[in-house]
Amino acid sequence: MSTTAPTPDVQPELKEPAPPPGPGLEREAEKAESRRGFLVGLPGYAYLLLFFATPLLIVVVYSFASRSVRGATVLADWNLDSYTRMTDSLVLTIAWRSLWIATLTTLLCLLVAYPFAYYLSTRPARTRAVLLVLVMIPFWSNFLVRTYAWRVLLGTDGPFTRLLATVGLDAQLLFTPTAVLIGLVYGYLPFMILPLYAAVERLDHSLVEAARDLYASGWQAFWKVTWPLSRPGVIAGSILVFIPSFGAYVTPEILGGRGSTMLGSYIARQFIGTASDWPFGSALSVTILVLMMFAAVAYFRAGGKNL
Amino acid sequence: MSVLEMPSGGGADVAEDSLARPKKVVDRILAGNAWLVFAFLYLPIVVLIIYSFNDNQRVGIWTEASLRWYGEMFANARVMDALRNSLIVMFVSTIVATVLGTMAALSMERYRYRGQRAYDGLLYLPVIIPDITMAVMLLLFFVQAFDLIFLASGVQFSRGLGTIMLAHIAFNISFVALVVRARLAGLDADLEEAAADLYASRWQAFRRVTLPLIAPGVAGGALLALTLSLDDVVITEFVSGAGSTTLPVYVFGSLRRGVTPLINAVSVLMLVGSIVLVLLSLAVSRRRESAGD
Repeated sequence: MSTTAPTPDVQPELKEPAPPPGPGLEREAEKAESRRGFLVGLPGYAYLLLFFATPLLIVVVYSFASRSVRGATVLADWNLDSYTRMTDSLVLTIAWRSLWIATLTTLLCLLVAYPFAYYLSTRPARTRAVLLVLVMIPFWSNFLVRTYAWRVLLGTDGPFTRLLATVGLDAQLLFTPTAVLIGLVYGYLPFMILPLYAAVERLDHSLVEAARDLYASGWQAFWKVTWPLSRPGVIAGSILVFIPSFGAYVTPEILGGRGSTMLGSYIARQFIGTASDWPFGSALSVTILVLMMFAAVAYFRAGGKNL
Repeated sequence: MSVLEMPSGGGADVAEDSLARPKKVVDRILAGNAWLVFAFLYLPIVVLIIYSFNDNQRVGIWTEASLRWYGEMFANARVMDALRNSLIVMFVSTIVATVLGTMAALSMERYRYRGQRAYDGLLYLPVIIPDITMAVMLLLFFVQAFDLIFLASGVQFSRGLGTIMLAHIAFNISFVALVVRARLAGLDADLEEAAADLYASRWQAFRRVTLPLIAPGVAGGALLALTLSLDDVVITEFVSGAGSTTLPVYVFGSLRRGVTPLINAVSVLMLVGSIVLVLLSLAVSRRRESAGD
């Protein structure tokens, strides 16, 4: 930092008025302290500037680039073509599908996780600790492997399909948007449970009792006291589930079929495979990033600081 | 409380006769729901483990129990290569990211300086950015950087283990910093000041006071970094080159071609790896709790 350049280590000239003893020294010490703080953070800062901020800038630049006849990216003739292409009906279909699958995933997670978190928070401390560990284990386990497990479960040889077959239903589950939905709910359910639990556990149960004392029914007490107080958890959990579901790539790739491409897998296809179009893929990535930033800002506004 | 760490479980206890406790019927429904959630969470994992011991060529048809696929896994050179790559990437990226992330956390929590807020934002971004966006960013960056290096020096670099490690460090720094900051925020800065008052040098104060206090946080951050590194498939797939896959990228690639029982065994191997890491981090956070306040 230029403003805190070190003062040269020389004897001060006698002509100069001596600095006031107390505050001056203190300010020097303060400056040295903030310089030290900056230097401690510098390696990480520099790393992220080089390997995160610069790549971010490059994607933005690429999104305005054009393509040669043979499909290679040309870093010249800057234009907005990649952005205008987003109004193509195929892109809109995929965006719409991503939106409803992500929304439905979030709602289903909320529906299942809220009563679960509530139940958890009303258990005795010891039971609660054990149950929490049981939630944490799948949360930390490999996401790809957990998604893959559903491929085995939902496959034609799998137990679910056979169970449905015995009832006379010949349903194809795997490679449909339903399978993607199941996979996403499964994958991100702990992301909903944990912030919800944190919010419900923190709330003061004596408030509910006070409401009951004032002749509120159980339902009224829940609706007027518990639910509003747990709303930060609801918002945090919803955003933590919605963001990764909306940009999902692994789940639709493993469990989805032709008709279940989502934005994440569509972006990946612009870079991997034959029909690659880097500027278009970059424009899509930039758009999805901007949308997610808005969601994240909403999250922090809502008071959720725990990630 | 952070979702990334073990919740402390120190909330208000609800007495058995409390009015805040739902009625019997509601309680039953809640309990039923909880059991269903646990079944939902564990059924796929359990089925996967069981089927990995299945002798049959076809994944879903059970014939008899055997260790056949585990044998084939350890004999498969590509799997073993991928495993070795995964381990190298995990450890190197975790060590670098833990050092850089801890320093970043200290710089954020213990000092004030100009430009700090910009740094703060930069530290948070990798946590909230979608995987696919980060993958695209890093791919384009490496392609562009290697082109420039080639033009400038005539040396042609290509994507491989090196780029995978650089990418993993980039996202792990932020997660380590997040965990260590949570720990630092809960600590009293007075202890460090007391050490300084007692004529400890900066380094001594850090080494003898701060570091032991934040050690559980640092360990927690490192375990998270190991887990994330072992889990990552999207970013790694984009920045890896020919002949340098990690275990998840190998599994993902084979899944695109179809399911084989071999993948079940590899999956269980990865599952065991991440479960060991969870249990370790739970043990660490227990420690952290008791060592804390």
